[in-house]
Parts: sequence; C-alpha cells; structure tokens
Amino acid sequence: MQKELKVSAIKDGTAIDHIPSDALFKVIQILGLEKSEHQITFGMNLESKRMGNKAIIKIADRYFKDDEINRITLVAPHAKLNIIKNYEVIEKKVVKVPDFIEGIAKCMNPKCVSNIENIKSKFKVIAKDKVTLQCHYCERITNQENIIIKN
Amino acid sequence: MKSLVSITDFNKDEILKVLDLAAEFENNPNQNMLENKVVASIFFEPSTRTRLSFETAVNRLGGKVIGFSDSSNTSVSKGETLKDTISMIANYADLIIMRHHIEGAARYASEISKVPVINAGDGANQHPSQTLLDMYSIKKTQGKLENLTITMIGDLKYGRTVHSLLMAMSHFNTAFKFIAPTELQMPVEYKNYLDKIGLKYSEHSELTDNISDADIIYMTRVQRERFSDLLEYEKVKNIYVLTNEMLENTKQNVKVLHPLPRVGEIDVNVDDNPKAYYFTQSLNGVYTRMAIITYVLGLK
Repeated sequence: MQKELKVSAIKDGTAIDHIPSDALFKVIQILGLEKSEHQITFGMNLESKRMGNKAIIKIADRYFKDDEINRITLVAPHAKLNIIKNYEVIEKKVVKVPDFIEGIAKCMNPKCVSNIENIKSKFKVIAKDKVTLQCHYCERITNQENIIIKN
Repeated sequence: MKSLVSITDFNKDEILKVLDLAAEFENNPNQNMLENKVVASIFFEPSTRTRLSFETAVNRLGGKVIGFSDSSNTSVSKGETLKDTISMIANYADLIIMRHHIEGAARYASEISKVPVINAGDGANQHPSQTLLDMYSIKKTQGKLENLTITMIGDLKYGRTVHSLLMAMSHFNTAFKFIAPTELQMPVEYKNYLDKIGLKYSEHSELTDNISDADIIYMTRVQRERFSDLLEYEKVKNIYVLTNEMLENTKQNVKVLHPLPRVGEIDVNVDDNPKAYYFTQSLNGVYTRMAIITYVLGLK
C-alpha cells in the first residue's frame, strides 16, 4: 500500500523533518521563512514514533548553508534535513549545535547590556546535548527551557 | 592590547604573572611607568575602595587621572549611549577603568574602545581586580596558592566575588567549603564546573563546626540590594557572625578575608585578631591594581 504524504512532495528543495511541533513557528522565524518567496508547505502535530508528534517544513527551490541551518538547533536540536532534487532525496543532514550563536536568542537577564543598548546578542554554547547558552556580555547562563527567540 | 573584563580572560600563567608584578610593586610602590599617560576612571555607580585604590595605583605610577565618580553630571544623564560615551573617552585616554551597573557593559565597552578596558565591576557580574587582589592576599599569607582549603561563607548565590574567586582558584587544586543558608547557596553551574574538573567541595549551613580545617575563611556580606523581597533579606541578613571565639579552634595559618564593606558579619572584636586580614587585603588592592594596569598596557 502506498503511504500517503501528509505534506506534499516537492520537486527540488529542502525538507526539514523532526521539528518539535511547538517549535515550528520559531523555526520559520529563525530561518526568516515568513518573508520568503519560495513555495513553502508545512505540517504540525504529525505522528512520529520517536517524538510522539512532530512538525515538518518543505521549502521548494531553497537550500541552506550549514551555519544558516544550524541556528535552528536552539529550538529543534534533532531536526533532520533532506535535500531533494527531482523528487529524490540526494542528501540527508542532521543539524549541529554551533559553538557560538549571534542575534537569534534574547538574553534572559533584563539587566544585560544586550537588552539595553542597541546591540546584537551573542552567546557561547556551553552544553550541546541539552542546549545551554552563556551570554557573551553578562555571562548569565540560560538553560534550554528558558531560551527566548528574538522577534 | 589586552582588556580585563572577566577573570576568565586571564589564564593561569597570566594570573601568576600579575601576582608576581604586584609583589614587585609592593616592594617598590612608586615607579614612574605611566608618565605622560592619561587614565580615564569612569564610575557610573558609587564605589569607595575600588575607585580610590585604582586612582592611587595610577598616581603611584606617575599617570594622570581623568573621569567621574557619578554619571549624573555627565552626558549620560542627557541620554547619551554607552557606545558614544566610551568611543569619546577612548579618544582622550590611554586606558579606561570603568564601573557600571549594567551587566556586560564592560565587555561591550572593550569591543568599542580602541584602548584597553579594565572592568571595575559590572552589576552582579564580574569584578576581576577584586579576585586578583584576593589571590594576592592568599598567596602572600599562605606562601602558595596550591592545595589550600578555602571556606566561603554568606551570600554565595549573588556574591560575584566568590564566583570569580572560585573560577580563578580552580587552577590551583583548591578544596572548597561552602557555608550558606538554603536561600543563598552556591549556584549549581559552579558546582557542576567543580565536578567537571574534579575538584572537591562540600556544602554546609552551620558556621561554628565547619571552619577548623580552613586555610582561608572568605566572609561575604548578604547584599540587601540583591533581594527583591525584603522579608527574605531580613531572614538571612544576620545569619552568620564570625567571632573571636569561633576562631580559637582554627588553624594557625588561617586568615579571614572579606571584600568589604562589612556590615555585621564579622564581629568588630575580630579586627585585632592576627587571623583577621581584611584591611591589609584592601591595601593589597593598590599593588594588584598597579600590576593589572601595567600588564594590560604592555609595560610589564
């Protein structure tokens, strides 16, 4: 029996799979997809054996550089990428947590200079399995559950 | 050019180099190494010891000091950004020494400034010159830094001095003892760090029976300004008071350190006890700051 695709196939482009459902819109935001002119389809609360439920995004004719896609690890640490050409998956990739993150997250410390002056936030990633960030400026440590993505 | 913003900006060798320089300056405190140099001492929030000892250090080195000790009569009060203030001052001076209530302000300043920045305290974050003078005091009184037992007492949660001292002393196989009420215990990230590098520590809430093996007793003040709930502050403010009686059964070599200001956590009678070291410790601040200034300027 042929399996039905919940999110329709794309001819060329990138499929981002294994996104936690509650992180879907954060991933869209981090990758700036809301301003994209590419054809984008996505689904959330899809069944997943491993994750319970998951979200998936398919972006036609769009490919990502590693450092661009690795930014989503803050909210989707186990995301997988399928690179698609002519309806075939030609490459599979997993995202890797970078060592340093700039401009995506907001420091949780209201007294931090990055929340007061007009500057880009910067963090050192001090743990990668359960992502933990240390603010480059105020040195405050932020655990995964407290990470705030900038608007 | 090197700035000193956080104690972790200096590796073990650099820490030892600064402490050796401090000893040199203690032996010969008046040296004209900053002749023709201008140092900006900019204190956006109040300070007694830190500002005066930095400025004493510059004066003993023959340098000139410009700056302010209260930002209310500067353009900051007109809404000038930190970026603009620092860029301008960096044009005037050869070195910036700054204290600011905003956390991370010194790191940001060091990225803007074309001259070195020494952080003299940024909110609850870092105060690295205090850590280096603490270490100088430890080395001077114990003759070494390796294999000592340091007992930290009081506010271990919000106290930036204990956090930085822990990080810096972790290079020297230190055994730590933490004495604090439940509300003010050492944050878990520091305990995780000690676990990771394999250093021993223990936690206690009683003062009396837990100081007999200490080489250094590091007292801290419970800081009222860090509490949002004043009832919580009232509960813990006088929880530990070190007395002469308590020091009777301690080691001969033990010294009591305190970053000052003290409120009630050390009984005034302890001041005359030979084990009390906190006032000499603050004098050591001048020599250590002379060492830091000449080191970041590449003069030593």
